[in-house]
Parts: sequence; C-alpha cells; structure tokens
Amino acid sequence: MTAQLLFFYFGGMTVAGAIVAVASPNLVYSALALLLTFIHIAGIYVLLNAEFIAAVQIIVYAGAILVLYLFVLMLFNPEKEKLYLHRQYPVGIFLGVVVLCLMLFAAFKTEILGQEGSFTVEAVRSMGHTDAIGRVLYTDYIFPFEIASLILLVAMFGSILLAGRGRHLRKRGEAFDLSGGGTPPEGKPKRSDEVMVGR
Amino acid sequence: MLTNTPPINYIPVFIFIVVSLIFGVGTLVLSYFVQTRIDDKEKLSTYECGSEPISDARNPFPARYYIIAMLFVIFDVEVAFLYPWAVVFDQIGLFGLLEMIIFIALFLVAYVYAWKKGGLEWD
Repeated sequence: MTAQLLFFYFGGMTVAGAIVAVASPNLVYSALALLLTFIHIAGIYVLLNAEFIAAVQIIVYAGAILVLYLFVLMLFNPEKEKLYLHRQYPVGIFLGVVVLCLMLFAAFKTEILGQEGSFTVEAVRSMGHTDAIGRVLYTDYIFPFEIASLILLVAMFGSILLAGRGRHLRKRGEAFDLSGGGTPPEGKPKRSDEVMVGR
Repeated sequence: MLTNTPPINYIPVFIFIVVSLIFGVGTLVLSYFVQTRIDDKEKLSTYECGSEPISDARNPFPARYYIIAMLFVIFDVEVAFLYPWAVVFDQIGLFGLLEMIIFIALFLVAYVYAWKKGGLEWD
C-alpha cells in the first residue's frame, strides 16, 4: 500500500515534470522541470530496489547531463532562434509518436517475468544492489564494460572535434559570431573560468 | 517489479528530503505572510552588483562552456563505473584491477587528446 502510494507520487511527479519541461515557454524553467523529473525517476528506481541506478541517476543525470542542457540552452539566443525551433514541430511529433508506440509495445507485449536467475529480489536486497551489479559487471560482462569505455572515448573525441577547440576553428567561430553576442561585463568570464576549469 | 514493502533503508533519506522541503518552502511562505512589504522603484529593479544592468541576461554564452560540460558528463560516467568496482574489489582481486587499469587507460587517451586539443584551456 505504501509502496503503491509512493509509486503514484513519483510517477505522477515524473510525468508532471516532463509535461512542464515540454510546455514551458521559458527554457530555463524547462531545464529545472527536467531536474524534477530526473530526481523522481531516481525515487522510482529506489522503489524497484535498484539503489545503485538511483544514485547514478542523481549523479549523472541530475548532476552532469542537466548542467550540459543548461549550458546548451545558454549557447543560443531564444529570441533569435524562436522561428527555427518552432519549425521542428512535425519532426518532434513524429518522433514522439514512434517512441510512444515503442513504449506501449514494450509495456503490453513483453513477458515481464522471465526465468528466475540467481539474483532474485531477496538476494539483491541482502547483498546490496551495488554489490550485485559489481559482481556480474566485472566478471561476466567485462567485454561490454570495456566497450563502454571505448564509446565514451569516441564521445569525447566527437564533442571536441564538433565544438572546434582548434585554434583556426575557434577563430572562424568568432568570425561567425558563434562565441556569444555582446561582450560580457569585465571580470565575469575570468571568474567562471576559475570555477569551471579549476585553475 | 514492485514488491509489497518499500525499501526500509531509505526511510531516513525520505524523511530528510521531506524535512528539508518543509524547511525551505516553509521559510519562504512564512516570511511572505509575516513581512511588511514597502516596494519602491529602486527596490524592484534588477540588482547587479551595484552597477546599472546592461543588455539582456539571456545573452548567448561562449561554446567553451559546452565543452567543459561535455567533459564533465564523460568523466562523471567514468566515475559511476568506479563505485561498484570499489564495492566488490575484494572479491574480484587482481583480475578486477587489471580490467580497471585498461578502462582508465582508455580514458587517459581521451584525457590527453582533450588536453592536446586545448579542450581544457579557456583562452
């Protein structure tokens, strides 16, 4: 009963946060609503006894990915790009319908209870979720684990190449006014430099 | 799937979150009702370290912030893989140490690449 109530609370807040994130005209409010969604998804993970996933959800999604979203939001001027953003409606609706169909298919066509392995709910609870993940991830699933490292390596190469940190690339970016419109007030960039890069 | 009882270990965390929410929201609500509000034009204007605010706050920021955030995401995911490894380290022993050395070595390649390409520099 308590579990059901908690589930409805976390699920409801997840959906509400997601709706606000999509519908809010202010992009920063959208990002904060997304934070609400991420945190409540972590609550659902805790209810499912997936404590490690809940912690990772908070650390990676609410911590790192939301910061990434906020910085991406700060990269463009919402007034200038409004027309461009609204042109994406058909693609967005199409993708949304596809994802919804996939989720409904997964919800109704999947056998939820598979064969019972050695890691039952009771076993996971008694040894701890992080422990259970560690036992299989670093023995049976060592290959996917190392592949994950490679994928992150590629992601890092891609982001640095695309965002153009090379000297000539950055010069060109500034010529096209990609690096920010007006000159920020004195002292502000230096201070954020110290905070972000840690120098 | 949902089991009948919620994880009992997390009740202190839940209480902590509830208390902090009540404290945070309650302080704001209480002060809203208790305070006397005398507003004037200067008080309601945007405050920016005592100087006159210039231009819009929503200026586009430099793309460097994006790089830093991206690097943060990637290394954050790397650290997330370290937690369960540290928990079970006594059970997997030398094999676990070796595979983690390979894992970290690949990240070292990415780190050196980012460094050489100037991804960690500001100007």
